[in-house]
Amino acid sequence: MSDHVNGAAEGTVANKVPVTITVNGRTHRADCEPRTTLADFLREDLGYTGVHLGCEHGVCGACTVQLDGSTARSCCMLAVQADGSEVTTVEGLAEDGQLHPLQEAFWNRHGLQCGFCTPGMLMTACELLADNPDPSAEEIREGISGNLCRCTGYQFIVESIQEAAPKMRPAT
Amino acid sequence: MKAAAFDYHRATSVDDAIQQLGAADDAKVLAGGQSLVPLLAMRLARPTVLVDLNRLADLAYVRRENGELAIGALTRHRTVETAELVRRDVPLLADALAHVGHVTIRNRGTIGGSIAHGDPAAELPAVAVALDATFRLRGPGGERSVAAGDFFFGYLMTALEPDELLTEIRWPVLPQGTGCAVEELTRRNGDFALVAVFAALTMGADGVCTQARISVAGAAAAPLRADNAEQALIGSRVSAADAGAAADRLAAATDPPNDIHAPADYRREMAAVLGRRAIQRAWAQANRTNAGE
Repeated sequence: MSDHVNGAAEGTVANKVPVTITVNGRTHRADCEPRTTLADFLREDLGYTGVHLGCEHGVCGACTVQLDGSTARSCCMLAVQADGSEVTTVEGLAEDGQLHPLQEAFWNRHGLQCGFCTPGMLMTACELLADNPDPSAEEIREGISGNLCRCTGYQFIVESIQEAAPKMRPAT
Repeated sequence: MKAAAFDYHRATSVDDAIQQLGAADDAKVLAGGQSLVPLLAMRLARPTVLVDLNRLADLAYVRRENGELAIGALTRHRTVETAELVRRDVPLLADALAHVGHVTIRNRGTIGGSIAHGDPAAELPAVAVALDATFRLRGPGGERSVAAGDFFFGYLMTALEPDELLTEIRWPVLPQGTGCAVEELTRRNGDFALVAVFAALTMGADGVCTQARISVAGAAAAPLRADNAEQALIGSRVSAADAGAAADRLAAATDPPNDIHAPADYRREMAAVLGRRAIQRAWAQANRTNAGE
């Protein structure tokens, strides 16, 4: 069976395609054009405005989300590709009104200035600490090198991630 | 920064994908999308149809077959980078993957996508050329194999026909006593290389080099195999002078681009510096392996 979705000729409105995705544990179904990126779908159609869009071409990292357990740049993916997937956005980090340890540390150590890069930084740092629970400052810098902070406040971001690391390590 | 409209087809099998590619005038394959989706957003690519391979789970694998490592085209960079089999049998590939973009990009990007895209400054085409990898391509007429050395023609140009699909990359397993090194120069971490050198040297127990595989990215319109440098090293003991002479030969063979990112002369000079470092590091690692460390 072939599964062909018709878009549209130039200048016309494309046929919309149905997409079902689970975001932060809640399942959504909405229709979108094939050309809609996952980032635009999350922001514009589903209202997850914690997904920030900086460059829209895979350079700044502000739109980073977790897709089926690993980070992805939601501007470098089509929404239709995420059909059937589970997505976590920055809105999904806090639980029961309790900030996630990384959010707590960013707050405590002034890891955010304007806040634009923060959602992407948090999602990237979550994966970084899951892969490497005790990173050096250098490893953190390399780990967040795909996320640009337009305030250039990297020093405090590194310190924030360092502060969160022991709190996120599984108890031994 | 929004893509122009296109049709979307989610391929249900390799044959289905090939049929769809042949049916449209300007169809494009969507694999990891880490190069293609930005090109769509900037409207540098305006295909009529996207053929999405991402549900073809049988194109994602890493396995040992007939003394080679076979990697399915849809295998994600990160999966290959962290695979024990790759670290053991083709460590130069794992080393090179660590330089591809960032982890977030490598979570999505695919081995086949990077090869088929054919960027001369990218890591994977250059490693494939250094290691004599073989690409399996499938089209409406059947299957064919193309050696990496015959695949890349020029900037983003490859031997892949518009209705063909790259399905598998086969990597020769590196022999015992091989050391590997990647030396890459970028302006920012994760950028495409201004110049990068990939080296795998095999040293005999007597301290003489028996095999050398070296390539350069960012040094010409297609990834460059530095066979003149390899010939200079094979049979030598890879002294500092040998490494320097081989690196000078490597740099002389480059024809680097002269662009906003770096002048050609600078790239050529850096090719010599990085070449020497890569050769010396690969040599030292091979010796450590031979010493049983």
